[in-house]
Amino acid sequence: MKVLSRWLLASVAVLAAGSASANDSILKNQANPNNWASQLGNYAGQRYSPLEQINTNNVKNMQVAWSFSTGVLRGHEGGPIVVGDVMYIHTPFPNKVFALDLNNPGRVIWKYESVQDPTVIPIMCCDTVNRGVAVADGKVFLAQADNTLVALDANTGKEIWKAKNGDHTKGESLTAAPLVVKDKVFVGISGGEFGVRGHLTAYDTNTGKMVWRAFSTGPDADVKIDPSKTTMMGKPIGQKDLGVSTWPGEEWKRGGGTTWGWYTYDPELNLIYYGTGNPGTWNPTQRAVDKDRSKSDNKWSMTIFARDPDTGEAKWVYQKTPFDEWDFDGVNENILANINMNGQQRKVLVNFDRNGFAYTLDRATGELLVAQKFDPTVNWATDVDMKTGRPNVVDKYSTFANGEDKNTTAVCPAALGSKDQQPASFSPDTGLFYVPTNHICMDYEPFSVSYTAGQAYVGSTVSMYPTPNSHGGMGNFIAWDAAAGKIVWSRPERFAVWSGALSTKGGVAYYGTLEGYLVAVDMKDGKELWRFKTPSGIIGNINTYTHNGKQYVAVLSGVGGWAGIGLAAGLTQEAGAQAWHNAVHPGHAEGTGVATAGLGAVGAHQSLGEYTQLGGVLTVFHVPDQK
Amino acid sequence: MLMKRRFGILTGILAAGIGALACATAFAEDDAPVTPDGTPAYIVKDGQVDKGTYNGYRRFHATCHVCHGFDASGSSFAPSLADSLKRLSYDDFKEVVVNGRQNQGATGDKVMPSFGLDPNIMNNLDDIYRYLKARADGALPGGRPQRIGG
Repeated sequence: MKVLSRWLLASVAVLAAGSASANDSILKNQANPNNWASQLGNYAGQRYSPLEQINTNNVKNMQVAWSFSTGVLRGHEGGPIVVGDVMYIHTPFPNKVFALDLNNPGRVIWKYESVQDPTVIPIMCCDTVNRGVAVADGKVFLAQADNTLVALDANTGKEIWKAKNGDHTKGESLTAAPLVVKDKVFVGISGGEFGVRGHLTAYDTNTGKMVWRAFSTGPDADVKIDPSKTTMMGKPIGQKDLGVSTWPGEEWKRGGGTTWGWYTYDPELNLIYYGTGNPGTWNPTQRAVDKDRSKSDNKWSMTIFARDPDTGEAKWVYQKTPFDEWDFDGVNENILANINMNGQQRKVLVNFDRNGFAYTLDRATGELLVAQKFDPTVNWATDVDMKTGRPNVVDKYSTFANGEDKNTTAVCPAALGSKDQQPASFSPDTGLFYVPTNHICMDYEPFSVSYTAGQAYVGSTVSMYPTPNSHGGMGNFIAWDAAAGKIVWSRPERFAVWSGALSTKGGVAYYGTLEGYLVAVDMKDGKELWRFKTPSGIIGNINTYTHNGKQYVAVLSGVGGWAGIGLAAGLTQEAGAQAWHNAVHPGHAEGTGVATAGLGAVGAHQSLGEYTQLGGVLTVFHVPDQK
Repeated sequence: MLMKRRFGILTGILAAGIGALACATAFAEDDAPVTPDGTPAYIVKDGQVDKGTYNGYRRFHATCHVCHGFDASGSSFAPSLADSLKRLSYDDFKEVVVNGRQNQGATGDKVMPSFGLDPNIMNNLDDIYRYLKARADGALPGGRPQRIGG
């Protein structure tokens, strides 16, 4: 008995020591630029590489080195992970994982394929995507569509443990990439269109046991908020249980705030950061307390959370879009960077929200420093009040003010947001952010809807079309100054830019297009340096690594996701072309959106079928040695 | 057991539907038109549609379109209903919506869920049919239709 307790004490001491540092294997792997060790490149989410073998001078010579078909034909989000001589790639449902041998390019070391109930497919609102695996401590962590979190042996692909994070018969699913910090692996939950109540959950990396779960809505105890300590706009929240009182009745129980985006981590401050999604139904009237917007923040949907990874306690919160009326689902990545602001180095967090505003916050305190539109055509709010942190909503574009069964027209951006999940990049060399964006507006008609567990809980129709009176395309790739809150340069694109960006020390930034092009641009001015058409549209993230001392660039192609879901089967070329023409017709002025909106909806992404089809391919590029 | 319940609900809705038809004939033909044999029908006049067809447009584009595509023109997930409704009868249509269908494609990803317990669908089934039938017959172009009488 004594021996046992001594042994227990010893293991507790070891555990405590283990949790005193960030995950050593990840930090070590991230510090070596020859790897691409995590989905966002590093804990800060910068998607930047200090490699410079491929640079502005020689990128024009870049060619395909090798490629690999995943065998799955759906939207491929996320990207490859490289640790040492092994590359790990994943697929959409049924969420296969391949470990590929870089010494023998494309040779499969092991393959994992789960057996999942296919009835999970129709509850995935926006394609059966998955944003990739995490690799740490000799394990590969995969969050499967059917809510299973699985830890695989990185050497063999064998299952070590499994945990059940949700129930697809209630509309819950998993799409986000897990994040590993210390001895915990974090997963969110998807299902914002099914009335799912969001949460972030920590599991023990060694056993798969749940350590803590923090909900996005409900009583403070569930949300892990202490209103006397957790701050909002620099002050303690004060009021209790706002996650209940800012909702009518028990609507918070189907209040959304799902957590399907990216998670970042600051090891010095010991804080993890993530955003919560849209509040339940898209019909704001059903989420209003006493029909009064000012009482109806629907907390803590649309909120950036900074939490202690050990306990889950919320250190600070910031709600970007209180009382959402447009599906500006606030889950986008929070990039951590140190930037110069008015002559001072500041530790900031930068978030390019779906609502079209880019927020720069002090990441230690949550103080709001900058909130500016990163697409000048954003019109639903004039600006953000820097004292309260609240957007000043324009009544004309308020789907709540206009009411149920009324079609609110020409709202910019569309529900897809000025930017969706496609992660941006930050270069410490230039101090600028490189951001893939959407340039789409919408008509939005909310109406009354009933909740049934496991069925869609939307209550709105949305028609989307390219931003009127602009360049006619549906996307931009921009460089952003987060200190000044200004666009530095902007490159128009025909379709939404739905792929994750990469910036490099070589002065080249990369992004993919829905048509399937991998594009390399000069980070200085956005000028195109090179492009290549991969087999299918790109919604994956561009990564880079070295092998045997040589730099490679890798990306998954496979059109899909929300942007690609409109890809029509059976729509004739003629119909698509006509729709496109109508949607981008120069005479299509703001306010007349209603006349052509329907055609716009057809046009929005359906004409994509003229450029690409479904696929699932990894393409790896290099610059061949001079002969 | 589950199947029984679903059919129970279907029967209930059919009964309610017959009630609604009687009302429609008596009071508001333009709101919920039907053919002489009782099948839901639509009115398209000068590019405007009856209220039922408009409601069908809305309900379709709140739930069904994520797989069946905008304007019911299909997507890589599920077939174009503007095409399928050329062949499916009203009864076939109801059967598939209520019970779902598991018809796995080459990549194992074609599944039609059951909507038998979803009031947003079941309470609007006739209107969704009206909209889809108008699309299938080529009577209604893509996009948001206008309601007769606004």
